[in-house]
Amino acid sequence: MSTTIPYKPGKEPHAREHRLIFRNVDRADYDPSIDCYIRNGGYVQLKKALGMERQAIIDEVKKSGLRGRGGAGFPTGVKWGFIPPTNTKPVYLICNADESEPGTFKDRYIMHQDPHQLVEGMIISCFAVKAQLAYIYIREEFPEAAIILEKALAEARAKGYLGKNVGGTAYDLEIYVHRGAGAYICGEETGLIESLEGKRPYPRIKPPYFPAALGLYMSPTIVNNVESLCHVKHILEMGSEAYAKLGTPNNTGTRILCVSGDVQKPGYFEVQVGHVTMGEVINDLCGGLKPGRKLKAIIPGGSSAKVLRADEKFKLKDGRELGIMDIPMDFDTMAACGTMAGSGGVIIMDDSRSMSWVINNLNQFYAHESCGQCTPCREGSLWMKKISDRIVAGTASPSDVDELLRVANNIEGKTICAFGEACSWPTQSFVKKFRDEMIGDTKPELESKIVNPETVLAAANLV
Amino acid sequence: MQIPTELETKMDEVITHYPVSKRSAVLPLLHLIQHHFRFISDEAVNWVAAKLGLEPIQVLEVVTFYPGFRQTAPGKFHIRVCRTLSCAMAGGYELMESLCKAGNIDRSHVDHHHPIAISTDGKYSIEFAECLASCGFGPVCMVEDDFHESVKPESAAELLQKYL
Ligand SMILES: Cc1cc2nc3c(=O)[nH]c(=O)nc-3n(C[C@H](O)[C@H](O)[C@H](O)COP(=O)(O)O)c2cc1C
Ligand code: SF4
Ligand code: FES
Repeated sequence: MSTTIPYKPGKEPHAREHRLIFRNVDRADYDPSIDCYIRNGGYVQLKKALGMERQAIIDEVKKSGLRGRGGAGFPTGVKWGFIPPTNTKPVYLICNADESEPGTFKDRYIMHQDPHQLVEGMIISCFAVKAQLAYIYIREEFPEAAIILEKALAEARAKGYLGKNVGGTAYDLEIYVHRGAGAYICGEETGLIESLEGKRPYPRIKPPYFPAALGLYMSPTIVNNVESLCHVKHILEMGSEAYAKLGTPNNTGTRILCVSGDVQKPGYFEVQVGHVTMGEVINDLCGGLKPGRKLKAIIPGGSSAKVLRADEKFKLKDGRELGIMDIPMDFDTMAACGTMAGSGGVIIMDDSRSMSWVINNLNQFYAHESCGQCTPCREGSLWMKKISDRIVAGTASPSDVDELLRVANNIEGKTICAFGEACSWPTQSFVKKFRDEMIGDTKPELESKIVNPETVLAAANLV
Repeated sequence: MQIPTELETKMDEVITHYPVSKRSAVLPLLHLIQHHFRFISDEAVNWVAAKLGLEPIQVLEVVTFYPGFRQTAPGKFHIRVCRTLSCAMAGGYELMESLCKAGNIDRSHVDHHHPIAISTDGKYSIEFAECLASCGFGPVCMVEDDFHESVKPESAAELLQKYL
């Protein structure tokens, strides 16, 4: 199918790609208008969905095995099923278009180049969960995408796919674009909801504030990533069974990998989940490492995922023994290797990189982005930055490296939201896997002498 | 501070996007204000609060939290340079340095609470931003609402030439 589509020169998909969501990205003959979308078969699935039982759509999404593409990989259909069956309050749906996890750059292209795919996926999803009001929460740094989406929504409204009597049925739906204001924590779903309520984006504690039960305006709310919502359309188009044949069991479908860092050709690649290995990503999709360089480390799923060291070996429970290049790009194997597939953002680092410098850069990100509600995260993220500042500046002592780890260990699991894990996992993994190198960046002579207070006091004749 | 009629009409339309709670319109109203006046003054905070039936502190706490809102005027062209890992590996810090040189901007006094530096002639202002979601094509920066990727530090002056 993809062979018949003309792509822009130099932007052709790689032979290993399997494009569903990105089918129209970088096409030479495509534009974001609704006419172009409809010419290419758009809004057919919406018409089909409007004729289906709501539960049948949810069941299709469940059977497809679709797992959220925003970071946690939670099954989308199962999430939709969490709306309490006895619910009498209005239901809301929010598309998470905050795309702010470092290393992730995929939702941007969907919104810029194929906005109606997202709009159709959203309308189908809203219909399935009975939402009549929905928002696209888009980060402020995507001003152009916000305009494109608003235009797309207006076009859909003009065609009767939004507003009163969607597609001529009794179903009414409004979708609006809501812009953030430059804070990473607005990507966390409960922080996002607070932000959409016009407040500081302080995440809410779960339980009880699981959005599907107590979300926007304390009503059931479904929050899904841009890419996840687009998949819904393709699940209806292909049927859940055919969709689930893509990828591998429990890791179905396609997903977009975003590769950055030290490779020849960084970029985005839509592949079947689990069908390519890390080595194939680097060597086939991205044209290999830079000349003369050796692989040093990989962050496989956005900056919050634990780093992998080039020479690591993983012994899995099912008996497989994998080197870093053998890891298939799926949710479950990544988790079994002690990290996560996360948001699909793969950051490659070669032997020219200092690991102290890398973790310091990330620590600065997390120190800047902590919302400040929980003491371990607010203080800890700043201390991690300060200690790694010292290591990079050459003014740290060897024990500072362990102090850095201690601070990280005191954040994980002790906070309101998963930012606590997101900010401590990088430090924990870098210190664990590159301890010697980091200690090499410190100076033993700077070690503060441990002084027994009694000696000091005795010397001053105070005891 | 004078809110032009067209701006207020736009605001009134935006408020209808939030039928459940007018408070939800705080961010969009602040965006409209910042877009028009270039920054958000105390007067504007009070005005938005009155418009939405809120206490001024409920608006001010939003302004002070989000890095995207400014309480002082930036330069004629505001620049944001991505600082985060993939861009930093591709030369983001070098890009910042050469933009400052090309635009005559002194960043020596910036800190967490005052992240923006302005050129002496007021034409450019600059700050670091965190990951702008184009990590494969770094270093990236934004000038006003325009997005620029793979900006070589050497071409900083050339980039600024587009904004005069
Ligand atoms: C600190 C933090 C930042 C997050 N940022 C994003 C983001 O930028 N985009 C996103 O889709 N999900 C993000 N998430 C995940 C969301 O909380 C939520 O799980 C996701 O939007 C659900 O969508 P999905 O099930 O379709 O993946 C973030 C989570 C955390 C803890
Ligand atoms: S863990 Fe950090 S980001 Fe999350 S609520 Fe607590 S302080 Fe805020
Ligand atoms: S790190 Fe600069 S765009 Fe992501």
